[in-house]
Order: sequence, then structure tokens, then C-alpha cells
Amino acid sequence: MLEIKNLHVSIEEEQKEILRGLDLKVGPGEVHAIMGPNGSGKSTLASVLAGRDGYEVTEGSISFDGDDLLELEADERAREGLFLAFQYPVELPGVSMSNFLKQAVSSVREHRGLDALSAGDFLKLMKEKAALVHLDPALKARAVNEGFSGGEKKRNEIFQLAMLDPKLAILDETDSGLDIDALRIVADGVNTLRSSDRSFVVITHYQRLLDYIVPDVVHVLVDGKIVLSGDKSLALKLEEHGYDWIRDESALPAS
Amino acid sequence: MSDNSTELLHEVADSEYKYGFVTDIESEKAPIGLNEDTVRFISAKKNEPDWLLKWRLKAYQHFVSLTDKEAMPDWAHLNIPEIDLQAISYYSAPKQNPEYESLDEVDPELLETFSKLGIPVQEQERLVGIAVDVVMDSVSVTTTFNAELDKNGIIFCSFGKAVQNHPELVKKYLGRVVPYTDNYFAALNSAVFSDGSFCYIPKGVRCPVELSTYFRINAAGTGQFERTLIVADDDSYVSYLEGCTAPQRDENQLHAAVVEIVAMESAEVKYSTIQNWYPGNADGVGGIFNFVTKRGICEGDRSKISWTQLETGSAITWKYPSCILKGDHSVGEFYSVAFTKGKQQADTGTKMIHIGKDTSSTIISKGISAGNSQNAYRGLVRVNRGAENARNFSQCDSMLLGDRCGAHTYPYLEISNPSAQVEHEATTSKVGEDQIFYCKARGISETDAIKLIVNGFCKEILAKLPMEFAVEARNLLAIELEGSVG
Repeated sequence: MLEIKNLHVSIEEEQKEILRGLDLKVGPGEVHAIMGPNGSGKSTLASVLAGRDGYEVTEGSISFDGDDLLELEADERAREGLFLAFQYPVELPGVSMSNFLKQAVSSVREHRGLDALSAGDFLKLMKEKAALVHLDPALKARAVNEGFSGGEKKRNEIFQLAMLDPKLAILDETDSGLDIDALRIVADGVNTLRSSDRSFVVITHYQRLLDYIVPDVVHVLVDGKIVLSGDKSLALKLEEHGYDWIRDESALPAS
Repeated sequence: MSDNSTELLHEVADSEYKYGFVTDIESEKAPIGLNEDTVRFISAKKNEPDWLLKWRLKAYQHFVSLTDKEAMPDWAHLNIPEIDLQAISYYSAPKQNPEYESLDEVDPELLETFSKLGIPVQEQERLVGIAVDVVMDSVSVTTTFNAELDKNGIIFCSFGKAVQNHPELVKKYLGRVVPYTDNYFAALNSAVFSDGSFCYIPKGVRCPVELSTYFRINAAGTGQFERTLIVADDDSYVSYLEGCTAPQRDENQLHAAVVEIVAMESAEVKYSTIQNWYPGNADGVGGIFNFVTKRGICEGDRSKISWTQLETGSAITWKYPSCILKGDHSVGEFYSVAFTKGKQQADTGTKMIHIGKDTSSTIISKGISAGNSQNAYRGLVRVNRGAENARNFSQCDSMLLGDRCGAHTYPYLEISNPSAQVEHEATTSKVGEDQIFYCKARGISETDAIKLIVNGFCKEILAKLPMEFAVEARNLLAIELEGSVG
């Protein structure tokens, strides 16, 4: 599904290398967690995968379902089935959720050769998917993320994920700022959406989320590289001991 | 903003005017230049009564008496090139000037023009609820739905016709809200206006249709000076729509219209405009100079005047639809979206003059600037000494697309009564890279993202437009934003 090879990425304005030779392979239906300390490059990885401007890939490759991901614009990636749940969802004043999603869903469906949904079917779909994350159906008339609480914004991301039916979903610190109830709702939503033809990359700072969304593989990202991979027990170990022991163990060259 | 989105915004901003074409209809022109004979020529052409010729001549005398200093208004945030008033022809009428019995008799080329604009008259006619008085190069060509209006005693006709058939009404109200001494362009208009629309709603009548007029400048080098007068008698209601498109031109064209509205006791007038005159090419060559004086008076108690406008066209827009709130409990409203791109300049806003007691006014203005354009809101709220308990709420929001344009807000408050409550809010935002990326991450293209965001920004204003217009307005905004992509 996703194969990243030796990825080197710098921030354009700063000429500073953030990712330094990252390798990652995610198979269909797999859930991979990426954990790491602050500043290790987690969010940069999410941004580069989704195609945000401002990053320069200096080396390496990313293939997504057989395509060269780096050749595609952000909107093309989304239409191809890549979804990013934002760490900080953006407000679009005056743009209603239903209008926004109608446009998003129809461009994605058109790209996939599917017929446009009728107005009735679309509303039905919205209602069904909103229920997954306990969002009030009245939200369709509200402006995108405007006046949403922190928890609502995160649930809204998972709702959009459900609406767009991607092949690969990247959750960028979706757990940050959530209380335990909201965390559970979000995790339940994600678990419902797990399937054999949908993969997840779950980026998180804390192990807590992984109690609910149980990953197939856990990777530890330190200083722009994946230094250790393992099963879910690795996450527990990180929770207990922090990240320092990995730095020592992997004997990273001094940077 | 990243290079990519900035580039796109520039593309959008530089996109060409999509309604540029010239209709080949023979017209009869006045000799070029402006003097007393021009005024007499126009008046004679229109077979006007003596009192109107005298009024025009007084206006002309006033116009020439204006010294250079007080002539062209120069306080606006506009860079106005010198306009040679002697190089303009002040009257041009389609040569065939008969009264049409049916659309079959109308010059087919004219009908073709309207269909290119997407507003075929035939279709308009069938659209229930719209009567169209088509003004092409100043002379009214066809009027529909007259029967329905007659039944209610509503008068809706060309200004010229009103002068012939209802001189007493015209004489009573002409210049009452915008006297010819009001400003440079109002004086010019009063002297040389060629035609326009007239509307009278009798007491107690709710006009059953949206009255609609499309204006068009067609003959090359002809300034258009229309004059509109709307009188709503006691307890009446009318919604009036005005939409403009103009063909592509290389030389600048002067457009100096005057609109006057009188609302008597408990009357309500809703005036909506879509303005899409030719804005000039990407280098700022050509384009319409749109210097308009629009003003309404809430003469009677509990009367209401509401202006809604979508301004997307013209090289230069100078326009302040205003309300004089004379009657007690009268209400004035101004809702505006002004979109500028390329080298366009707009200085637009309103004046709310509170005179009566318990009067209230609302101003909501949305300015969107793209390309190298300059977009200014200028609004005056004046509360006179005797205007007890006046209320005003003003909100002015500006949005910038790209980094080469400007947005400006000039609010003026003159409060002479301590009981007044006046609120003013203003915001300026830039369409963010973050917003565009968020949309793209959902599969929405960059162009569609900008459209969504801009439409969201002006949604509350577009919703004020009558439904037929709201659709047209959204389409127009979409076309304006489209650029060469998409």
C-alpha cells in the first residue's frame, strides 16, 4: 500500500533536514503506529505524505498503491485515496460542512469512476457516518470547524475520513487534546473503519491511544529515522521507559 | 503564502473578462462633445416638455460653474485618469426605435446578445415573477409583464416614457433625493441623462413581481447616463433588481448613473444590483469608469430601504448607495460584496443619515481583493441632533487573495445625539495556505477551494439577494474566480 524508501526531507525555508533516511512499509489493511519524542519528525512525515507545500524531498521515494506519490499534488493524493486527519483542523468560515463534503465527496467519486450521489443519498451517508463518531447531524449546516470544540474538531476529522473512504488514512496526533471519553469515541470510530483494504498510519506521542486502536506494528521515530520497530508491546515499553534508552541502544551517530 | 497558491491566485486575478463582445446594431449618435446644444439635442430627441429641458439646462449651468477644485471628487482611494468630457458622445439610440408588440419584432441580433449573456429575454419572460425593462444604450427596448403590473396600478417603464405619460410624478420627485447640485457626476447626469427606469408603486400595493432591469453599454465611445427613479407610496412594497454586463472595449467609458428612491410611510423598497461592467484588460487598459450616485430617502415613518449589491466589474467603481432616514422608526440597510482583480479599483460603501427618531441602520460590507487591485470600503454613519435612539451596526470584512492587492476601510462616524448606539466591526483576512491545503487534502482542487472559501466569506450577503439573482451572483463570482484554470 505504502512504501517509503530512504526518505530525506528538509524544510524549504530553513534548509534544515528533518527526515534523514526514513524507511516504512505498510501493507493493505495494516495499522502502523509511529511514536517518537517531540521534534523527531512525526508531523513532518504526515505533512509530506499529504503533500503540504514548504517541504523539500532531497532523497528517497514514496510509492502509494503503485504510484509515485511525490509526483502527485495534494488534491490528487486525496482523490487517489490518501487521507490525512489533521492535528490542527482548519476553520473555513461561512463554508457549510455539507457544501464542503459534497464537493470533496464528488471530486473523489468522480476520480474513482463512481456516479455522483443523489442529494438524498448524500444526506443519508452524512447522517450514517456522523453517527460513527457521535456527531450531531445538525452539524451539516455549520461552517467547517468554526465554533467546534477541540473534541468536535477531532471527531469531525474521523467523520470526514469515513465520508471519503480512503485506502490509507494518516492520523496525525488525533489523540492530542482529547479527554478519555472523546478518545474512546474517536478510537471506536477508527476501529469500525478498519478493514482489509484500508491501512492506517497512526502518529502519536503517547501510548494511550494505542490501548484503543491496537496497531499491528509500532515504529519508533527518533531524529528523522525509524530506529526500532516491534509489536504493540513496544509501545508499552516506551510508555514505561521513555525514549532515551532507544537513543542509547540504537547508538545513533551524534548529530 | 506558498509560490504555488500565490501563482494560482495571480492566474485567477488575471483571468479575462468573459462577457466581452460587441453587438452590431446601428445607432444614432449625438455629435461628440458637451455643450448647451448637446443638452438641447438630447431633450429634443426625447421630445421632452419645456420644464425638463429647463431643469437639464440648470444642471448644465451648475456643472460648468464647478471650478476645477470642486470638480472631480478626489477624496476616494482611487487613481482616476483624466476624463475628456468633450471626446464623448452623449446620446446614442438604436436606430430602429419602434415600440415592439412582441419579441418577434425585436432585432434578432439584440436577442442574440442577451442569450450570449445567459439572460435570453424569452426565458426571462417565461420566468414567473420577473418583468424586464431592457435598457440598451440608454433607450428602453422592450417591456414585459405590463399587464400584470397595470392591474395593480404599478407604473414601471422607461424614464423617457414616464416623462411623456406621467409628467406630474416625474416633476414632483426628480432631483428630490439627488439634486443636480449634489456632486460633479450627479450634475453631469442631470444635464445629459438619456434614459433609465421609472417605477411607481401606489398606496397599499405589494408589487407581485421582482422588477428587473438590465443595463448595457453598447455603442463604442458612448457614455451612459441613466436615471432611475423609484417611488413607493404609503404601505407599498417593491423589490427591484438591476444587473449589468458590458461588451469589451479598448477605450475607457464613462458611466455616471443616478438612482433615486423615495419610500413613503410604511413603504419598503429593496434594491439589488449585480454590477459586472467590463473591467479593462489585464494591463488595466479599457474598462468602465463607474461613478454612480444612489440614494434613497425614508420619507415616511416606519419606511425601509435596503440596498444589496454585488460589484465585480468596472475599472473604477465610485459608489455609495445611501439612506436618509427621515421618518421616525425608519430603517436603512446596506449589504455589499465588492470583488476586484487585475488592475481594478473600487471605493464603495454607504451613507446612513439618521434624522428621524428611533431609526436604525445596518451595514455589512465584504471586500475581496485579488491581483493588483485596490478595494476600499468607505462609509458614513451620521446621527443628527434630533435623531433620538438611533441605532447602527456596521461590519466591514476584507479578504485578500494574493500579495499584490490592497484592502482599505474608511469608516466615518458623526454622532450629534448622545442616545445613539453605534457599533462597528472590521476584519481583514488573507485566504490562508492552511485553508487551501485543508481543502486539497480532501480532494478539492485549488480553484474550487478558493471558490468555496470566497463564497463562504460572502454567503450572508448573497443570501440577501432575491433567489433568481442569488444563483446568478454565485455563478458570476465563480466565473470571476475561475481564472484560466478549471
